[in-house]
Amino acid sequence: MLSKKNKEALFNPLSKDNPVLVQILGICSALAVTASLEPAIVMGISVICVLAFSNVIISFLRKTIPTNIRIIVQLVVVAALVIIVQQVLIAYNYDVSKQLSVFIGLIITNCILMGRLEAFAMHNSPWPSFLDGIGNGLGYTIVLLIVAFFRELLGSGTLFGFKVIPQWCYDHGYENNGLMILAPMALITVGCIIWFHRAHNKELQED
Amino acid sequence: MNKNSNIYQMLYAAVMVLLVGSVLALIYMALKPKQDENIANDTRKQIMSALHIAAPDDSKVKETYEKYVIQDLLVDRDGNIVDSTKNVAFDVEMKKNVKLADRKLPVMKCVMDDGSVKYVLPMYGAGLWGPIWGYIAMNDDGNTIYGANFSHEGETPGLGARIADKDFQDKFVDKHLFLDGKFKGVVVLKKGQKSVSGAEQIDALTGATITSLGVSAMLEDCLTPYEAFLSKLQGAAPANDSKINDNQPE
Repeated sequence: MLSKKNKEALFNPLSKDNPVLVQILGICSALAVTASLEPAIVMGISVICVLAFSNVIISFLRKTIPTNIRIIVQLVVVAALVIIVQQVLIAYNYDVSKQLSVFIGLIITNCILMGRLEAFAMHNSPWPSFLDGIGNGLGYTIVLLIVAFFRELLGSGTLFGFKVIPQWCYDHGYENNGLMILAPMALITVGCIIWFHRAHNKELQED
Repeated sequence: MNKNSNIYQMLYAAVMVLLVGSVLALIYMALKPKQDENIANDTRKQIMSALHIAAPDDSKVKETYEKYVIQDLLVDRDGNIVDSTKNVAFDVEMKKNVKLADRKLPVMKCVMDDGSVKYVLPMYGAGLWGPIWGYIAMNDDGNTIYGANFSHEGETPGLGARIADKDFQDKFVDKHLFLDGKFKGVVVLKKGQKSVSGAEQIDALTGATITSLGVSAMLEDCLTPYEAFLSKLQGAAPANDSKINDNQPE
């Protein structure tokens, strides 16, 4: 079940081969949904699911897909999967579907999906592909949560919508930093995380 | 078989499209009735939220709604009631009700637990990425806002999507649409700015300028046609014009 290669597929994306920090994929959505923790977590879970299952489907089809139109096939699989999930949610869990509405579109365009389908699922069998999908989804979610943690804490003074900075601080002149809510600070936060990550992983450093 | 021959590629693409297309169509058709019901119930929930009412649980939404919303009305721009058949206001598709010239003006008349009468006015407008809509509940003096609810299709989570948060919606409570007997509406402005017309204002959301402006534009566009209707309510209600409170946020 978990041979050495499979373990690598699952665990490498968490740090050494992290999709956001090392492969620099999915940055756009990482900026869009990290203003607070809740959407970040929902987005993370959605990407894990869609990535794992589209990886499996593409992996099953990999021997039949004509090379020239492989990107189109991958896109159709991802889009169809996402739309099915969305329709089922509207019918059976409307509240969740409302929370997810905008993420659905963002998932289809998330370059982690295309990146993993193209780089992994096209050349590997379904089980490792599934693990690769889970691993990369988790790696992406971790970064999203770290960024969202700092942005929500410093930008709104809350975590998961709960006030964590005591009123006492505001009374003594503390102000929430509105800049943290805006996109540039997401990019700068991601930059700082990448810096920190590389400083601790010598093998990732380039000359 | 040669996977890169034109015939194979074309067949592959055609079969894939047909297959995926029909699967999606089937799923859509199978789920449609359930989805419509959910969407209607969600609309009821939004209307009730503007009235500060919550259904005890999800299965009782329709029941609760019908208990409070006692009458649907369509009014014209002179404030006359033109239609009051059942669900006539609820069934107006706001999406197709945008052109000012032939716009229908739906009103839902509600009676609260304490016997007070509220009027809910639906609105529809544009945010940053897509449509936004909402409901404003008015007191029967035709001037004071009792509650508001806003929804959106795809505003940015954490930024524009916050128009759907209670914090933002509660800022509308007790705002006045008329000042000194003149219709001013209510505007959403960046904190610190003063509205030119003197209308009462609500602080915009940080980082969501376009969505905030969209809400403001929607309020103006959708409340102004009700001016005559709201004026008539003021005439009917016990006169308390003198109590108009004009302490605006600094």
